[in-house]
Amino acid sequence: MTTRQHDASVYEQVQASERFQELKRHFRSWTFPMTAAFLAWYLLYVVLSGWARDFMGIKVLGNINVGLILGLLQFVSTFWIAWAYSRHAEKKLDPIADEIRHEIEGRPE
Amino acid sequence: MSSQALSTVLFLLFVAATLGITFWASRQTKTAADYYAGGRSFSGVQNGLAIGGDYMSAASFLGIAGLIALYGYDGFLYSIGFLVAWLVALLLVAELMRNSGKFTMADVLAFRMSPRPVRTAAGVSTITVSIFYLLAQMVGAGALVGLLLGVTDPAAKAWTIVGVGVLMIVYVVVGGMKGTTWVQIVKAVLLMGGATLITLLVLGKYGFNLSGLMGEAAAQSSNPTTYTAGGGRYATEAQGLAGKLDLISLGLALVLGTAGLPHILIRFYTVPTAKDARKSVLWGIGIIGTFYLLTLVLGFGAAALVGSKTIAAQDAAGNTAAPQLAQAVGEAIFGEVGGTILLAIIAAVAFATILAVVAGLTLASSSSFSHDLYAHVFKRGNATEKEEVLVARISAFVIGAVSIGLGILAQGQNVAFLVALAFAVAASGNLPAILYSLFWKNFNTAGAVSAIYGGLVSALVLVIFSPVVSGKPTSLFPDANFAWFPLSNPGLLSIPIGFLAGWLGTKLSKEYNAAKYAEIEVRSLTGVGAEKAVEH
Repeated sequence: MTTRQHDASVYEQVQASERFQELKRHFRSWTFPMTAAFLAWYLLYVVLSGWARDFMGIKVLGNINVGLILGLLQFVSTFWIAWAYSRHAEKKLDPIADEIRHEIEGRPE
Repeated sequence: MSSQALSTVLFLLFVAATLGITFWASRQTKTAADYYAGGRSFSGVQNGLAIGGDYMSAASFLGIAGLIALYGYDGFLYSIGFLVAWLVALLLVAELMRNSGKFTMADVLAFRMSPRPVRTAAGVSTITVSIFYLLAQMVGAGALVGLLLGVTDPAAKAWTIVGVGVLMIVYVVVGGMKGTTWVQIVKAVLLMGGATLITLLVLGKYGFNLSGLMGEAAAQSSNPTTYTAGGGRYATEAQGLAGKLDLISLGLALVLGTAGLPHILIRFYTVPTAKDARKSVLWGIGIIGTFYLLTLVLGFGAAALVGSKTIAAQDAAGNTAAPQLAQAVGEAIFGEVGGTILLAIIAAVAFATILAVVAGLTLASSSSFSHDLYAHVFKRGNATEKEEVLVARISAFVIGAVSIGLGILAQGQNVAFLVALAFAVAASGNLPAILYSLFWKNFNTAGAVSAIYGGLVSALVLVIFSPVVSGKPTSLFPDANFAWFPLSNPGLLSIPIGFLAGWLGTKLSKEYNAAKYAEIEVRSLTGVGAEKAVEH
């Protein structure tokens, strides 16, 4: 057992550590589902634009129709996701990443 | 003073200022990191502006405004794909690339693979994508200048292409990444300033009533229904199912292509840390999103104030809608002199836009040639920094010269499809390779090479056998017909092929290096061992 641990590189030791796995979990559990969500929302909008023109053409406010509103909502969701990601990264990712980096870089070779 | 003379003066001012910056930048460019990555010393805000300057090509500024002016909703739909795409870059690519790469896209792909085959594939793909994009911009530049300056003589257009090409070569060869970045920052500020000015004037004229503006724009169009609800340009009723699938294909290529465009990816290396890369993408998203919102008003404004017929009469694709709008709104508010001045400003901004984008593309392709193909494939990693930078400069010169030549040859051809093709290749070959490299433990050399070539070749082959190249009056070869693939954008098929090829290649090879995977995973997420900014 000890010889195997001795052979593992610094990176493999860090990769196996609980703290790093927590960082990876915080990263993937936020970005992967969010990517799936915004891609699905964008594709829904494109599909509606191709197949549901009558629906997209329904006027809501003056000449402003559903299509334009959904399109503007794509802007809103993009800005919101970008902002939410930066908050998530600052709160959940940066502190752990900084901690691991300082620990490795401070380690004697 | 005529509008042409004034816009020439403004443009020369831009050229003088950017050349000044370029020569200043050249004195700060000593190491390879300076040349390739601007010393990694740009701030997040500066790089965010440069991202905007690199990304908002003449095709987006003039092309999308024109599409919205002529077809309304469909142009707006197009712009949204360009924006949403940035979330892929922000969430999955920018920071991790900054942490694990050095100068090019291939640095990340080759990290845990056998370097020569992977760098060869990535270099080929980078150069192909960049040259397609570059060629579209060069031909566009010739046509645009012809329209704006009222030049119809092919020789004069050819000289315009030469002029744009020579300036772009000077920016890149002399100023490297530092010079190129500053050109893009200046351009982004000018473009946002110009677009905001015209937008405010248009909105002011319509009492800040978007609904009223949209109503007038739709009323003058030949088909108000498709103008407001889509189907005027993409997926028209006449095209049936193929048109609708083509729309999805285009949407996929736009949204997945951006995070695989080499000239965009190398921008993430110009900042000191991954946090700055994140900040720069946030700024980029803010700038690009705002810009497309302005473009919506510009397009509607051009339709309402100039009219689709007048716009289409000057340029069938609507590329001159924004300059025509500038003149019309200026005249309507400030009289004839106002119209002349605003037209000159927007025309000069359009030139600046082209220059900044072509410089970024030339830099990306020459960097990849030198760093990936020359230093790592031909010299097997034994080139000195000095040699590498020298080869990068020489290849920037050669690529620039070749694109001038091709640009002149392709004059008058409809090469706008090359931009969509560049996005499709980036989405089909580069993006699968990048995502697998960063996130898939078992990914290996065979997988990376299969993903890149699989995506690249399938996208190219499908386009060659599409209506873009033959079979239709609008095709590149209208008299021939070998089009068996019905969609003009290959993404719907080539993107899954790229991902599948990467998966299959990986499964068929036994290569797996646990230590290297641990290294890229830890480095990309924590920033351990990331390349530092250059101290001057």
